[in-house]
Amino acid sequence: MQPVKSDKRVAKHDPAPSRWAYRWHRLWLTPLFRTFVRVGVPFTAALIGGTVYFSDETRRDAVLLAIADLRADIHTRPEFMVQLMAVDGASEGVNEDIRDIVPVDFPISSFDLDLEMIRQDIVGLNAVKEASVRIRNGGVLQIDVVERRPVVLWRHRDGLELVDAEGVSLGLPEESRPDLPLIAGDGADQAVDEALRIVAAARPLASRLRGLVRMGERRWDVVLDRGQRIMLPEQEPVQALERVIVLSAAQDMLARDLVAVDMRLKQRPTIRMNQGALENWWKIREIAVGTD
Amino acid sequence: MIELYESQRAMRNMRKAAMQRGVVAILDVGSSKIACLVLRFDGAEPASGEVGSLAGQAGFRVIGAATTRSRGVRFGEIEAMVETERAIRTAVQAAQKMAQVRVDHVIACFSGAEPRSYGLAGEVDLEGAVVTEQDVSRVLSACDVPDYGHGREVLHAQPVNFALDHRSGLIDPRGQMGLRLATDMHMVTVDAVAVQNLAHCVRRCDLELAGIANSAYVSGVASLVEDEQELGSACIDMGGGSTGLSIFMKKHMIYADAVRLGGDHVTSDISMGLQVPLTTAERIKTFYGGVVATGMDDREMIDLEGDTGDWEHDRRTVSRAELIGIMRPRVEEILEEVRARLDAAGFEHLPSQQIVLTGGGSQIPGLDGLASKILGQQVRLGRPMRVHGLPQAATGPGFASAVGMCLFAAHPQDEWWDFELPVDRYPARSLRRAVKWFKDNW
Repeated sequence: MQPVKSDKRVAKHDPAPSRWAYRWHRLWLTPLFRTFVRVGVPFTAALIGGTVYFSDETRRDAVLLAIADLRADIHTRPEFMVQLMAVDGASEGVNEDIRDIVPVDFPISSFDLDLEMIRQDIVGLNAVKEASVRIRNGGVLQIDVVERRPVVLWRHRDGLELVDAEGVSLGLPEESRPDLPLIAGDGADQAVDEALRIVAAARPLASRLRGLVRMGERRWDVVLDRGQRIMLPEQEPVQALERVIVLSAAQDMLARDLVAVDMRLKQRPTIRMNQGALENWWKIREIAVGTD
Repeated sequence: MIELYESQRAMRNMRKAAMQRGVVAILDVGSSKIACLVLRFDGAEPASGEVGSLAGQAGFRVIGAATTRSRGVRFGEIEAMVETERAIRTAVQAAQKMAQVRVDHVIACFSGAEPRSYGLAGEVDLEGAVVTEQDVSRVLSACDVPDYGHGREVLHAQPVNFALDHRSGLIDPRGQMGLRLATDMHMVTVDAVAVQNLAHCVRRCDLELAGIANSAYVSGVASLVEDEQELGSACIDMGGGSTGLSIFMKKHMIYADAVRLGGDHVTSDISMGLQVPLTTAERIKTFYGGVVATGMDDREMIDLEGDTGDWEHDRRTVSRAELIGIMRPRVEEILEEVRARLDAAGFEHLPSQQIVLTGGGSQIPGLDGLASKILGQQVRLGRPMRVHGLPQAATGPGFASAVGMCLFAAHPQDEWWDFELPVDRYPARSLRRAVKWFKDNW
């Protein structure tokens, strides 16, 4: 008969896991338990440990201070410092304006520079069309600027102003600019590109052209010398002007004594004559009728 | 019969659930070793009625295998529960470790517990013109169950044949026209206590028993090739404590029995005859054993080492012929006992009388020659078929029943309890069923 109690020598020959070892092994093979032990327990332990450690004010401050110190240490390394600012592509006045509105005290760490904000500020200047801001090698804050170019002079109630192709006002002209076409009227700056096209189309009349007037913020009048006007329609003003030019070239129309050529109705171009011319014309008709 | 139906159905459902989860363990509780395999089911079942690759054995893979020396098992029955439980624990733990998967369901097989075979016949008139599944259930429950005795339990009850009117040998009668349906059923009963002991051991290991099989049956499934199963053959599983035999015909087991003699008896004969401890006897048997002595064997001397301290006793030698002289009568006795069982079963009436020897005991050199003298001319040594992922160490004939269990788990044969209980068996429940149906659908 075998002994009821397990014999140590027998156990050596026939090793078997104990009941608890067997259960423990099976428990370890349970996926949920494995996940719990390998993820849940470290996570909970870290959470509890961290909470206990950081529940003390002084420790928290010390850790935050250490982090801040480390940050500052890295930020103020010489390779991250910006020493000076270079502005390219700007005229003298714009250059000064840029240096005024970029309030940076050099040297400064490049981490503290918000390049996009600086760029927005610079683009916010009227005279600047576009700008790119970057930090160049050698710790230079490089600002490349494309300035707006004035294309017309705009005369309004308060005086003369330079306006670029997009209608942005660039302030008073510093010297007289006879090379720029003149536009006038309320809302003329909103239609600068149309005005430019009309001016380009009016090149045959360039010697007589005085300027363009925006009428009622919707259409243009071309003003020539001797007080003559060409009233252009809202739609397709350039074609209307070209028609007038062709008519003028064929019949010498604009050289005659008339006040205005009204092209507002496409089907019915109209001309308005001077009082004297009108009377003369009547006389001539009467003479013609009298001879009859 | 109803309780058995319920318990077997519960086990079948558990097996299905286990296969759904994908992992199930196979436990071969033998007298000399306990083997545990862990199977992973891929769920890649071939379409029904169609033979897939590897004849349908590709649906699973062995991912863990472990063997341990059996303790507490004699004659294929559990004798010392605690020892057996420890052995099962060892095997299961090692297999789990190899598989890196926790298994909860186990299908077990054992060879002992005096299996007895019964042939059952049943006959019913069909209700309609066509055989329905309900008719199959009715004919199965119409089988007159013999009085198999108190304290026995049905292990297998497989319909092996259906006959419709005068046409016999039908595999699947459903959908066929006829008037009378008859069936032949093969039933195996075993000692209920042995099954309960095994179930208790398995439960003590925190496992669920999802099926039980007779090891002679599963060894036959593993080591008989298809035409042998079809034409008629016997599989003799020579285990440590008992020798199981199963007869197959038309791919169904038609007879199962066990002889309570096995390799352990050979070992104890050697131990007694040569005055050596059992472990030494086992070692000598496996290294030098045989059943046919030749002149060479007289000159081959075997050292019988011992550690008694007596120089004369520890330095004895014995010739291999002497060893064979001890082993041969016992092996002959086993085979003659098997012969008697085969005769009792009427094996000589089968069209083909192929005999396949498998199990660890079949590795004795020269056994096939001896067996052909006793059992008949058509004897071969069988090895279990190869299954996916089985380690090389577990491909020997000793693992025939373990491999057979894999096939049994993957492709179980229809058993009686796989069919629905016929409707007339539970008229009282029909109202409850109707209520349940309403509940399920609304």
